[in-house]
Formats: sequence, C-alpha cells, structure tokens
Amino acid sequence: MSAEGQQHPISTYFWIWGWLFVLSACSYAVDYMAFQGYLRWSLILLFMFLKAGLIVAVFMHMMWERLAIIYAILVPPIAILIFIALMALESNYTFETREIWFSDWSNFFTPAEHH
Amino acid sequence: MSESVQLQPGLKGLVSDWSSDQRAFKGVPWGKAMMWIFLLSDTFVFSCFLISYMSVRMSTTVPWPNPSEVFALEAFGTPVPLLLIAIMTFILITSSGTMAMAVKFGYEKNRKVTFWLLIITALLGASFVGMQAFEWTKLIVDEGVRPWSNPMGAPQFGAAFFMITGFHGTHVTFGVIFLVIIAIKVLRGDLDHERPGFMTGRKGRYEMVETMGLYWHFVDLVWVFIFAFFYLW
Repeated sequence: MSAEGQQHPISTYFWIWGWLFVLSACSYAVDYMAFQGYLRWSLILLFMFLKAGLIVAVFMHMMWERLAIIYAILVPPIAILIFIALMALESNYTFETREIWFSDWSNFFTPAEHH
Repeated sequence: MSESVQLQPGLKGLVSDWSSDQRAFKGVPWGKAMMWIFLLSDTFVFSCFLISYMSVRMSTTVPWPNPSEVFALEAFGTPVPLLLIAIMTFILITSSGTMAMAVKFGYEKNRKVTFWLLIITALLGASFVGMQAFEWTKLIVDEGVRPWSNPMGAPQFGAAFFMITGFHGTHVTFGVIFLVIIAIKVLRGDLDHERPGFMTGRKGRYEMVETMGLYWHFVDLVWVFIFAFFYLW
C-alpha cells in the first residue's frame, strides 16, 4: 500500500511549479534569442524532456510508484522513438527525391548521368 | 489489500510483481491503472500526429512558415513572438499545479479547498481553450490559413496545425467538463459518503480526484511536446 493516498508537503508542488515556469521561460528564450541549428534543437529537446520528466515523476506521482507500473507505462513509448527514426529516414529520402526530380535541376541531370 | 508475501523492491520486485497471482500492480487502485493505460494509448495517438507533422515538414521542398512570426502578437506597438503561446503555456502549467494541490487536499478530505482548486483548474483550462480558439480565428480569418494552403509557405502547415491543436484543445475541453463534474461531487460530499455516480453502481472515492489529475497532467504534458515541436522548432 505504498503509493496509495500518499501525501507530500505543499512546498513540493510549488517547487516543481517554479521549475516548470523557469524551464518554460528558458524554452521561450531559445526562440526569443533566435538561436539556430543544432544549438536551438538540442536546447528545445533538453528543456522539453526536463519539463516532461518533472510532470510525469512528481505531478503524476510516478517516482513513488513501484517499477511494475512504471515500466509498463514508460517502456512501450520506446516503440515511438523507433517510429520517429524510421519516418525521419523516409521523409529525408522523400525530400531528396523531390529536390532532385521535381525542380529545375532535372534540366541538368539525366537518369543516365546521375549517380 | 493484504499481502501474504512481502513486496520486494527494485528489479526483483518488477519481476515478482509482473509474474504474481491476480494483480500485477500492487497497491494501485484499478481506476489509476486504467487511466495510465488509457494515457499510454493517447500518447501513441498524439505521437502519430506529431510524427506525421514531422514527416510532412521534413519532406516538403517549400519553406515551412516561421512559427515565431505566424504566432506573434502586437503588443506595445511591436510584434512579440509567440506571446499568446507563452501565456497559454504558463496558464496550463499553473493549472497542473492547482490540480496537484487539489489531489493532496482531496486525500486530506478537505472538501472546500479541493472544490475550489478543481474549479480554478477548470477555469484555467477553459481560458486556454478560449485563447486557442482566438488563435484559430486569427489564422483562419485574418491570415487565410486553410488545411490545404496558406499564404506563408508550405501548404501542409494548416493541416498539421489544426489537427494537432484541435485534438489537444478537444482533450482540454473534455478535461474541463470532467473537472467540473468531479468538483461538484467533492462539494456535495459524494466521495466522503461513497455514493455511487450517475452512470455506475461503484462508490465514489477520493482516488477519483487523483485519477482526474492524471488525465489533466497528461493534457499539460502533450502541450509541452506540441509547444516544443510545433511552435519552437
């Protein structure tokens, strides 16, 4: 009966709310300060995962649950990561194909010469 | 629920829980377990939408509209990028905070405070949906964004935006309705006196507030991902 009806001091919620606010401000700053490229994307992802982690672990109480339910919920989304990788590869291929064949370049490259 | 065998910690506990008799999730009320499983399925639904957004954005040769410019609001005579979105994010995060506090006070059987925290959460959620509706109106009426084209760039932008934010806004709306229902049940003392609900013979219990909380935090969680992938990226 470890996780059922468990209570925490109200300060916990204010701390986490504060951190979520700070992380959201940081995320917004990434756009406001117009970071670009890999720096932009890595910061966006970092702050996103930190916020998501805090919400799942504390607000949704996961860090006090037993591994049985933690793993049952958090392991299947790994399939999503694989799906993302697959679709990124697919979309990149589609983009390259469109760039090569559906643009003015098709005047300069013929199938025989393209390698 | 009594345990004749001591619950084991860590990975040993994981193995023994999953392979145990009758119930794998020890000490977890059935409502909580079911809500988690539902949220897992909803995670896959939203992931499909976000992945398809990724696919169309990656594969289009037409430049994607810049969200900082599209979603900028005029304030103090100058366009502020993503101003409304920042406000919406702040509102949803605050509503998650009030929801978490409502769960805490619910377990302490403080009906009045729980009721008001739930109502505040619902009001914050409703204002979020209102702002999203304003955003939609601005894009459709003023900017001419359609699911099949827009004047700013890649034609798939509208379809991705309306689908993703539409599904999310609908989830928030459902959440607001459920929050109000649970709030009324709390105020009336249905959870104290374990009265059954309208559509069920099962008795009301304060775990219901926590279960509601899980759904509401999920809605905030999805917004964290939408904010990062659609508005910031």
